[in-house]
This record gives sequence, structure tokens and C-alpha cells, in this order.
Amino acid sequence: MKNKEPLILVVVVAFTLLTYWLVEPYAHSVMHKHVESENFAYADLPALTKSGDAANGKVLVTGAAACIGCHSITKDGIPAGMDAVTAAGSYGVNPPDLSNAGVIYDAKFLADLIKNPAHALNVAHKFDAAKGQMHPMIAFAGAGGDVDQEVADMVAYLQSIAVKAGELTPKMAFEEACGRCHSMKYENWTQIGTKPEYKFEKESLAYDIKVLEYQEALTKYMGKLPPDLSMYFRSRNEHFLSTFIENPQSQLAGTAMPRVGVTAEAAHKVIEHMADAGDTKRHERESVGKNVMIFIIIFAIFALLWKKQVWRDLH
Amino acid sequence: MAHFTKATSVKDWLNQRLAVEKVEKVMASEYWIPKNINFLWAMGMVLAITFALLLVSGIFLLMYYQPDVKDAFYSVNYTIMRDVDFGWLWRHVHGVAASVVFLIIYIHMFTGIYYGSYKKGREMIWISGMLLFVTFSAEAFSGYMLPWGQMSYWAGMVITNIFSLGGLHMDGLVEWIRGDYVPAQAFLARFFMLHVLLLPLAIMGLIGLHFAALRLPHVNNQDGEEIDFDAESKKYLAGDKAGSKVMRFANDFMSKDMMVVGIYLIFFFYLVFFQYGFALDPVNFDPADGLKTPAHIYPEWYFLWSYEILRPFSVNIGLMAFGFAQVIFMLLPWLDRSPNAVPASRRGAFAVWFWLLLIDMIVLTAMGKLPPEGMFSTIGLVAALAFIVLWVALPFITMNEKKA
Repeated sequence: MKNKEPLILVVVVAFTLLTYWLVEPYAHSVMHKHVESENFAYADLPALTKSGDAANGKVLVTGAAACIGCHSITKDGIPAGMDAVTAAGSYGVNPPDLSNAGVIYDAKFLADLIKNPAHALNVAHKFDAAKGQMHPMIAFAGAGGDVDQEVADMVAYLQSIAVKAGELTPKMAFEEACGRCHSMKYENWTQIGTKPEYKFEKESLAYDIKVLEYQEALTKYMGKLPPDLSMYFRSRNEHFLSTFIENPQSQLAGTAMPRVGVTAEAAHKVIEHMADAGDTKRHERESVGKNVMIFIIIFAIFALLWKKQVWRDLH
Repeated sequence: MAHFTKATSVKDWLNQRLAVEKVEKVMASEYWIPKNINFLWAMGMVLAITFALLLVSGIFLLMYYQPDVKDAFYSVNYTIMRDVDFGWLWRHVHGVAASVVFLIIYIHMFTGIYYGSYKKGREMIWISGMLLFVTFSAEAFSGYMLPWGQMSYWAGMVITNIFSLGGLHMDGLVEWIRGDYVPAQAFLARFFMLHVLLLPLAIMGLIGLHFAALRLPHVNNQDGEEIDFDAESKKYLAGDKAGSKVMRFANDFMSKDMMVVGIYLIFFFYLVFFQYGFALDPVNFDPADGLKTPAHIYPEWYFLWSYEILRPFSVNIGLMAFGFAQVIFMLLPWLDRSPNAVPASRRGAFAVWFWLLLIDMIVLTAMGKLPPEGMFSTIGLVAALAFIVLWVALPFITMNEKKA
């Protein structure tokens, strides 16, 4: 009699694959809108036309009543005016330290941010000057000279003090770009920093209370507490994370999350850190997976040979 | 008391006490299987292996899982996925096996339907198999609650709501099942108990019944041939292995089982390591939040067809259709009025019915996942109605079937 098994196998596999395609790739393409990445080009922001002078930029950034009124630059020995909790109480969120801003954020973005924060951050919808709602960061209107030149100088200064791109670790990129709003419990990260190991519970609780106070101010400012990102690498896919970081409004119109303005490279590092937290064992999974596949293929070959041997007498 | 003599060997010692030789014969070497069967007959062994994988991986997960709404998510996603060596492996094996086991169950079920393996004394095989399907479904659902992610919580909310039975407003029953007004600690703890104790016990008991139901009627074959097992097995034992229509379960059929299992495991472990997203839904990696309903709530793929029978109708009619879908498969041996226990390809109208049912269930599965909007609602409604019509029509199209 004709062997029907190949035909049966084709039918079973075809119906299985069809069902899989319908409920996975197809259904998800219908449920989630596809957002194309713009490779962190920030095409809506004007290009820098002037080449900056770092020395002049330093004067502008570190001058009295300038950036350092709110921002610390620890690299240049400029400490924060107040601690994170107090700062959050004043501004809603702790203003970032600017030491590595030049390498984490895109130059065009920084320039636009200095001149018009709500515009660069894509949060203009949250602030209405007529109602007295101002972005907590004050726009830089110029120090008397050509504003564009001054802004270019400031950006050049920030770039000059930042670590080299190669020295920026995934952890640094995440903590500096995302970590003042998002906690990452599985990496022990809170919005006010990595929680130290305390010997006494009292100290640990005191730290937690500081975090709660910070979160309270942040919640008031953002409308809701930004989510903990420990498992976001598994709960969102990589493409979603990348396009969301690039422009949160593209995936979630009206969201309170600002456009962070990171460079493509920094975004890549942020996502790598999220993978380290949420998919810690991915490298082990790949190497163990390969070995298991080799083992099981050898098992299948032996099983096939055993069957052939046993069935030789049956035909 | 039986007469015991001094044992001549360990085997003899055991034989006198446990009749191991007899047991071996009954269970394996003289458990006769027809030769004219194809690889679809190995699905029982594939299921047994998958169940074993679920059991072993489940035991490892049970050592670290915490059935507490405050700790459950953490114990799964931090303790098991990060802290415990190879915890991630056990979780992936468990999650993927829980999904793949249903693919094999469906293949096993449709094989039974296609070859008429629920007739002529094989009714109890079918019934016990359907009871296994029901208990596996409950096992899968209760297990899905345990990571206490967004989909656990909201699926728990939606499915337990079904027990209010629509217009009957039996909200008290829903609260009794949940032990609370919403899924919370009492809910998680009782589903944990169901998942790790009561349901696995029921499944193991039913597997025993399923195997026992197979003894007297024997395994069906792919040609619908009536085999005289006594005569054919005598022929085999007399040395005419090639001429006999039957073979030993072990090692003859077992060797083929293991060949299929080997190929299946290649597929299975590929999914575990490289393509697990379908079984470990991303939405469930967000912790449960009773104040944040996910944009799309859908069950795992194996429940989608019955979910889509519930969904396109108004509440009460939907529930009736859903109830119909849950019990109707159980009645198959009596709804099929034809005495022909042969492959569907030789049964005329029944063959058309079989393929229509299969395609209809795939359409229902797809529509159950897609958002119920526009075109998809219409297709879903038509497919749900088609499902009901197909089952109502079954007795009529099989009543006058010619003797095959």
C-alpha cells in the first residue's frame, strides 16, 4: 500500500503554520500600530549651523544664574544645589547632572532644548503659558550675543566634558537618561539612585521614605508614577522600545513622557541595559539552546535507526 | 497465601511477588497494536512525554514560586528567571509545553475524529479523552493565573465573570469562586492549589482511565480494518512477524513512537529556546494592575475558538452557544449515527463535514484573537453560527451513510 505519511505530515504542518500565522504575526500586526523608526535623526529639529567654542560655552553654562543654578556638573566640580528629593519637590523631577549630557543626547536636541525645552521634549501639550503653566526648565534667551552661536558653544562645552562614546556603559545611559523618572527594581535602581546595602532596617526604611517622597513629587508632576522598567524588555518588543524612546508621542499620543533626545547609540545602550535587567539569561539561553538542539538531533537519529532495526522484521 | 519458593534470581523473587513478567507481557510485549497505523498514532506517546516535561519542570518551579499576590510576580520574574540557576529554562519548558500540549491534543482529537476512533466499543476512549481535554484546559487556565501578570489578572477577571451566567446575574457565585469581589489573594491561592494538586491528580487518574479504555477495543487502524487480534497475535508469536497484521507495543511500536518523539523534541526545544513568544505572552510580563485594563484581552491560542463562539452574540445567547461548544464534542459518538468506523475519506458527506469543522475552528481561533471590529466581527459571527450548524447537521448527514 502507498505510504500516506508524507502527505499527512504536510497537512498537519500546513494547518499548524496557518493557525500560528493567524494568531501571532497577523493578529499582532492588526492589534498594534506599526511605527517606523527614524533612526534618531530628529528631523523636526533645526540643524546646528554654527560651530561651537567649548571655552566660551563653559563660561555660559557655568556662569552665575545660568544652567548650574539648577544642574550639577560633577565632572567640573559643580555640585547640585539641593538633594534629589528637594529638587523634585521644586521642579517635579530632579534636574539631571550635565557631566555626560554631551554624549548621551543628540546635539540638535540639546540646542533646541536649551532654547525651547517644551518643544524639544515634545511636551508642549502639557504647558500653557496663558494659564501660568511653564516648563520647569527656563528657556535660554541669549546672553547678549548671537543666540545660535552661544547655544552651539554650550553644546560644544557639554560634548567636551562628557566621556567618550565608547566609555558610556548601558547602565550609565539608562540611569542618566531614564533613571530620574523610572525605577528598575530588579537592578536595585530607584529614582534617587542605586539603593545601598544597609546594615540596619531603620536606615533602609529611611531611604525608602526618601524614594517615596521623590515619587510623590514625580507623580504630581507627571500625572502618574512612571512605570518600573525591570521587565519592559520582555513585556514590550525591542522595536517598540526603540521607537517609543525616539518619540513617545508616536506610540502613545498625549503621554506625559517627554522625548528624551538620546542619540541612536545611547538608545541602543539603554535598551541593552533593559535587556540585562529583564532578559538576564539571554546569552546563556542561546548557548544552552544550541547544545540541547545538537543533543536532541543525535537522539532523534538514534531513535530513527532503532526504529529501522526493529521494523526490518515486521515487513 | 500463595506458595512462595526460594528465589533463584532477583527476577524470580520479584516475579513471585509482583508478577513482573506477566505485567510486562500485558503492558508491553503482548499488548498488540495493528501494523497499519501512521505517525498520528504516536501522538499519545508525544502527549505522555510532554506531560512528563510539564510535571518535571513544574516540580522545579514549585520550589521557588510564591503564591502571594505581593510576591508571585517577583518570584517568577526575578527569583526563577534571574536568581535560580536554570530557573529560566524550567519556566520556558513549562510555558512552551503548556501551549504545545494543546497543539498535540488537537492533532490527537482530530485524528480520532477522522478515523472514527470513537465508535464500536471505543466510546469510553473518546469520553475519557474529552475529560482530559477539560481538565487540561482547567490546568492551563489555573497555571496562567500564577505569574500574576496583567494577562493573568484580567483573564482571571473575564473567565470567572462567565459564571455569573449573564442574565441570571449570579454574582454571588462569581464571588464564591474568587473568594473576593475581584481576583486577589484568595483567588490566587486557590488556583495555585488547583494547579499543583487537585487538577494534576485528576489528570493522572484520567490518563489511567484513558489507557484502560483502550485495552478491550484495541487501537484503531488507518484502514478501518476489523482485525482478529487473537489470531494475528498467535501468528506473530509463531514466528511469522512479517505476515501478522499486529505487532508488539514494545519494542515494535515503541521504536516508532520514540522516532516520532525524537522529531517532536527537535521542534519542541527549538520553540523553548528560540521561538517562545507565542507561549509566554509579553503582556503578562507587566505586573497585575487592577486599575489598568490592557487594550486587548485574549486567552491563549488554544481557547480562542471557544472564546469566539462566546463573543459575537449578545450575552445570554453567547453563553448558551459557549455552553454548547463545551459539551458537544463529548457527544460525538452518539451524534455520528453511522456505524462505519473507517477513515473520513471513505465516508462521503462526513469527509466534507470533517474538513469544514477543522477549517471553521481555525477561522474561529483567528477571529478570537483579532479585535472584534468590522469585518472580523462578521467573520467571527458566521464562523460561530457555522460551528453550531455543523454539529446540529451531523446526525442527519451520517444517518443515511452507505455501508463503507
